[in-house]
Amino acid sequence: MKTFNYHVAKDSKEASKLSSSNSAFLAGGMTSIPSLKLGLATYKDIIDIKHIKKLSGIKVSNKTVTIGATTKHAEVASSKEVQKAIPSLAKLAGGIGDAQVRNRGTVGGSIANNDPSACYPSACMALNAIIHTNERKIEASKFFKGMFETALKKGELIESVEFQIPEKSNYQKHPNPASRYAIVGVYLAKHKKEVNVAITGAKASVYVDKDISKALSNNFSISAINNMKINSSEMNSDIHASGEYRGSLVLTYTKKAIEAC
Amino acid sequence: MQKINLEVNGKKISKEVPDHTILSNFLRDHLNLTGTHVGCDTSQCGACVIHVDGKSIKSCSTLAVDVNNSKITTIEGLAKNGEMHPMQEAFKKMHGLQCGFCTPGMVMSAVDLLKNKKNPTDQEIRKWLEGNICRCTGYQNIVAAVKEAASKL
Ligand SMILES: Cc1cc2nc3c(=O)[nH]c(=O)nc-3n(C[C@H](O)[C@H](O)[C@H](O)COP(=O)(O)OP(=O)(O)OC[C@H]3O[C@@H](n4cnc5c(N)ncnc54)[C@H](O)[C@@H]3O)c2cc1C
Ligand code: FES
Ligand code: FES
Repeated sequence: MKTFNYHVAKDSKEASKLSSSNSAFLAGGMTSIPSLKLGLATYKDIIDIKHIKKLSGIKVSNKTVTIGATTKHAEVASSKEVQKAIPSLAKLAGGIGDAQVRNRGTVGGSIANNDPSACYPSACMALNAIIHTNERKIEASKFFKGMFETALKKGELIESVEFQIPEKSNYQKHPNPASRYAIVGVYLAKHKKEVNVAITGAKASVYVDKDISKALSNNFSISAINNMKINSSEMNSDIHASGEYRGSLVLTYTKKAIEAC
Repeated sequence: MQKINLEVNGKKISKEVPDHTILSNFLRDHLNLTGTHVGCDTSQCGACVIHVDGKSIKSCSTLAVDVNNSKITTIEGLAKNGEMHPMQEAFKKMHGLQCGFCTPGMVMSAVDLLKNKKNPTDQEIRKWLEGNICRCTGYQNIVAAVKEAASKL
């Protein structure tokens, strides 16, 4: 592994001051360390943000659940408050990777990385999340730009993610049996005025399926989508699943999510 | 280089390490604690699982500098006064290992499970051990060993 300089930032200001075009923040390290080891990434500076107190913790209000960027998946999964306010979000966190990944990996790292098959981006999209950075607030729909690409500027630090509490919601994942990343993941959220069905794993980046969401907004039942045709032409095809199979999984898992709501 | 202060298996340690030193290498090469194994080296197999401040983590995907000021327990730290930890006893009794390569990570992960859940079901054990891969045993006896340990702890 190539050498780098490790820094501990005390606050957001110091973290962004230390950052450059050749640096990365270190949260759980579950993506950045393996990438460094495999030579997929090299950095001059690694800036540890785990000691910034403000970035960690969970706050629940009547309308929203706000999770600090460095809050670990295991903390979200076991939080009584999250389990009560948005049970599907706690379930999503508890289904990420394995126990040791959940003891290190963070929500901020997950969405900053925007892996096409990561779980959290789908929750952000379905739950109309607002991503709070040290510079601005970004709506989830404007945050995820493409494969491993987000609206974050160099040195911009995610501080927290604010999820809107829905009336009902559910997350269903067809996991890759080795890594537990989603081959297809469906996050369904029924809000007062609309239903959002966000899909991860199927395409280059997370998206909201507009047709399914619209059909379910009009009629929240399996029959509303039973005869729907899914266009799988842009879906990922790999040794795990063909695009067509992913398309079929999208519909199957949406139905499962409706049933579980 | 950075200076790190740690408590490893109850012993205070202070060392200078290059910034990019991986924790599993630090334990094996700098401290000679070779009980922590390295399988995949990319956070997939669980052979390198240790405890940092009581929680199980993968040491192959953690920087040594990142655990400065923490308490670390490796497989070598489980036995007390020459007596095996009940989890180690149970793996022995129930034939929870064959070649033994995955075993340190399995045991460390399973010990963490029982801290979180006193009497886990088969399914809970299997779910918890998802990150620990064994290519010999077929897992049946590992699950049996964790249940045996749960009944003793
Ligand atoms: C074996 C394995 C299985 C996994 N399975 C799943 C799964 O089933 N589902 C799933 O969703 N994920 C899965 N993951 C990913 C994991 O959940 C982590 O969330 C993810 O690796 C990144 O989070 P991290 O905290 O480790 O980030 P790091 O690795 O520390 O950082 C990743 C990137 O994000 C940037 N970053 C981190 N924090 C911030 C911040 N606050 N602001 C701006 N940028 C930031 C860093 O600069 C870096 O580029 C898995 C990972 C592994 C190793
Ligand atoms: S060696 Fe660390 S997980 Fe495989
Ligand atoms: S006993 Fe050989 S890998 Fe598990």
